[in-house]
Amino acid sequence: IATFLGRKLQPRPQNEVEETLKRIQGQKGVQGIIIVNAEGIPIKTTLDNSSTVQYAGLIHQLVMKARSTVRDIDPQNDLTFLRVRSKKNEIMIAPDKDYFLIVIQNPSD
Amino acid sequence: MSTKRPKSTTTTSKGKDKKADESSAGSVAGSGHPNDILPLTLTSATQELFGCRCDEDVTGDNPYKILRKEDIVQDMRMRAAVSDFSPMKQLVLDYPEDELLLVYDRDFIYGSSFYLVLTADAKERHLKPVVALGVEVALEREPSEVFATQKTSEPQPWISLGSEQEIEEESVTDSRPRLKYRISRVRREFGAPIFFSDRNAMETKDGFIECTPYQDKNFSLKQMERHTGVQTIPNLKSSSTQTQWTYPRSMCTQYEPREFSEEKKENCLQSEKLKNFVNSVASRFEMAIQQNEIMDVFFDDWKALSEEDSGYGRKADPHLKEYQSFTDLHFSKEKTISNINWHPTINGVIAVAVTERLSFEDRINGSTKLLLNPSLILFWSFSDPINPQLLLECPDDVFSFEFCPSDPNIIVGGCMNGQVLTPSLSLSLSFSLNETPVVRYCAVSGIENGHKAPITDIQWLPGTFEVSRMGVPMENKNGICVQIVTCAPDCCVMFWDIRAPRVLQTMADQRKQKVEEKPLENPHGVPNTFKHLDLTWKPLIRVSLPKIDTSGEYSPLKISLRDNTCDNHTGSNAGEYLPSSSTLQLVLSTTFCPQDGELVYTDWKLEKDNDSGRLFSAKPSHRFIIHDGQVNTVRRSPFFKDIILTVGGWTFAIWKEGVTNGPIIQSSCSQKKCTVGYWSQSRPAVLFIGKEDGNIDVWDLLEKTHEPSQTQNITATQITCIKPWIVSSKQHLLAVSDHLGTLHILEIPWTLRSPSSNEKLSMSKYFEKEVDRLVYFEKRREMRAKEKKDYEAEELRKKTVRYSI
Repeated sequence: IATFLGRKLQPRPQNEVEETLKRIQGQKGVQGIIIVNAEGIPIKTTLDNSSTVQYAGLIHQLVMKARSTVRDIDPQNDLTFLRVRSKKNEIMIAPDKDYFLIVIQNPSD
Repeated sequence: MSTKRPKSTTTTSKGKDKKADESSAGSVAGSGHPNDILPLTLTSATQELFGCRCDEDVTGDNPYKILRKEDIVQDMRMRAAVSDFSPMKQLVLDYPEDELLLVYDRDFIYGSSFYLVLTADAKERHLKPVVALGVEVALEREPSEVFATQKTSEPQPWISLGSEQEIEEESVTDSRPRLKYRISRVRREFGAPIFFSDRNAMETKDGFIECTPYQDKNFSLKQMERHTGVQTIPNLKSSSTQTQWTYPRSMCTQYEPREFSEEKKENCLQSEKLKNFVNSVASRFEMAIQQNEIMDVFFDDWKALSEEDSGYGRKADPHLKEYQSFTDLHFSKEKTISNINWHPTINGVIAVAVTERLSFEDRINGSTKLLLNPSLILFWSFSDPINPQLLLECPDDVFSFEFCPSDPNIIVGGCMNGQVLTPSLSLSLSFSLNETPVVRYCAVSGIENGHKAPITDIQWLPGTFEVSRMGVPMENKNGICVQIVTCAPDCCVMFWDIRAPRVLQTMADQRKQKVEEKPLENPHGVPNTFKHLDLTWKPLIRVSLPKIDTSGEYSPLKISLRDNTCDNHTGSNAGEYLPSSSTLQLVLSTTFCPQDGELVYTDWKLEKDNDSGRLFSAKPSHRFIIHDGQVNTVRRSPFFKDIILTVGGWTFAIWKEGVTNGPIIQSSCSQKKCTVGYWSQSRPAVLFIGKEDGNIDVWDLLEKTHEPSQTQNITATQITCIKPWIVSSKQHLLAVSDHLGTLHILEIPWTLRSPSSNEKLSMSKYFEKEVDRLVYFEKRREMRAKEKKDYEAEELRKKTVRYSI
């Protein structure tokens, strides 16, 4: 659609996002990245659909709980980063007002 | 003494006493006291005068007071009428003695506070009752002590105590003479008729007597008080209600997660917000990820340290300790053990195949004798080192046998004459005291259908595979092992199925047409049908191995199957796994001729020759000649699916599938021939090699690769088979059999059974390194060859140039 107008419609923000995500993905041990919106609906993912949906649903609840915990203790405070370390891997979540970014990494063996 | 009835008023005391005394005396009525005493009341003045004051001079305990007669008389004279004694003046004067007894009647027994005793006898009695009693008591005691005389009571004169008066009072006597009356009437008035007349009762007074009714007050009495009992009970109320009964209905809900459509996702991805978010957040992630990369914060150094330490401490005893040894004098004398197998489920039971130690010629010579001694598989149990638990009879010597992995009651064995047999142990191994039970084999294949040479190896196909008639592996839905592979030096490998033929009949029907059309190029032919019966058991497929370079066929000795089901583990559990046709591969060791040992790697599959439509087996893909003698062991490592150990001649070699240049590790030649080898079950880097002089070499590839890390002599003759087994985490056993027919069970020490940390990783890295080395060497070789060629070409050119000049 865009080509006969003579210029690319793909805006730069898209590229930036892609680039950043690629950079994170390229780090050693990273298994997958998911971007989820505030309601828990995945927007972008590098994993398969079923895993994505599962992660999105479960982690959304966890983040809500963690955030409310932090804010209950001190209303001026807010959650910036959540790391869940398990035997097999580590799940890192950065919450925001509208989105979360979830990264699953296998720490160095 | 006059028996005078005393007057009711017995006192003449003055003042206030009188009334009281009168009333008191009146209530008693003056009777009821003996005649010889006289109750009297003394005023306090009199009492003081005579010294008999109440409760002071005379008391309840001491009521007697002796008064002198003269004193009383004088008192009477002095006070005349006022004196208390005046009413009894006469009595006192009449009293014979000088002293009178006055008794204080404290309890007013006789009506007054004092009484005067009137007779001397009475006085005596009063004063001496105790004494009399005492005398009587004394008297009583005497007879008990003496027993001499019994005092008989003598009649005594009647003493009147005043009871006559009472009797007189009670008795009824005429107080006056009886009167007599005489009544008469005129005679004519007797018997006259009687005339009744009426008379009004009301006329005269008292004419009638009437009982007038009156209101009885009893009935209108108001009961002010009433005594009743009360009991409480809970308030019980029965009620019922009816609810609407609904039918239970099964319902289900189906849900799916909310997802955005593609355009929505695109929109989101392109929004400013997302870009800002990702930018702001990316740095945190990078830091976190790098942290993980740099160091694992959760790694417990202390624990890791301790593992190595304990390794050092135990290094004292790295030898294999002899745990137990089994020999049966009766059955395994003069025989050798060809194969050992641990029972997969029952702990402490090991089966041993016993064969004759004779060469081929000797066999033929002594064949008649051999027929009498049946060949056996012995079952030993750790609990009884002398007697085997069970004997399985076989038609001929068994060189190799295996327990069925899915059903340990089934064993298949390959015999010397090429038969395959299955004894079935449906009875569990129990301890028998006297006779060792003998079980005969269930089924044996027909001689014409089996191999033509002793079966040297027999293996179960894993339970997930099933091989069809065409050689295509299919999924076995049952999960039980039903198929066997055998090989023998008669140049073929056969697949057998232990199931009833009905299952495969349908397949046979389907493919019947195809099969019938194409007679095989295989010299042995594809069986059309087979029945699972004794002596008619036929192999499912025969695979022969044509040689790669020349014509002819290989004669295989040992098989190793690549088991692919464990490696490829998808995320979803087990479920369906359909292997592709090329996954089942065999590595066969063959002998070309008795001296050389070759290793053949093939993908067995009956291919269809498109031209003639016949089935034949493909040529093996690779072959290697490495060992100097017969390759007697081909084993896969339990830790790495693509690492194979081969033992033959004087060396052993480790191969990696896919690396076709050669073995990745090859040991140096040892002094003695290596007869058998096995990987350790628990340590990826350890293997056991048995030698022909009875030594076991323990090789630890991470420690040294130029020589065994440990050598231990077990027995004096050649070792024929080694099989390790893990009983528990504390006990790992190694079963070693020797040429003399003895089975030794050795315990693997801690150093040899517990893996060091990251041993698997180290081993895999080591293998990779070796592979790289091989590849490098190959490259170098090529390079050298090329260099040489170039050099030669150069030389030649130089020569020709020189020539031309």
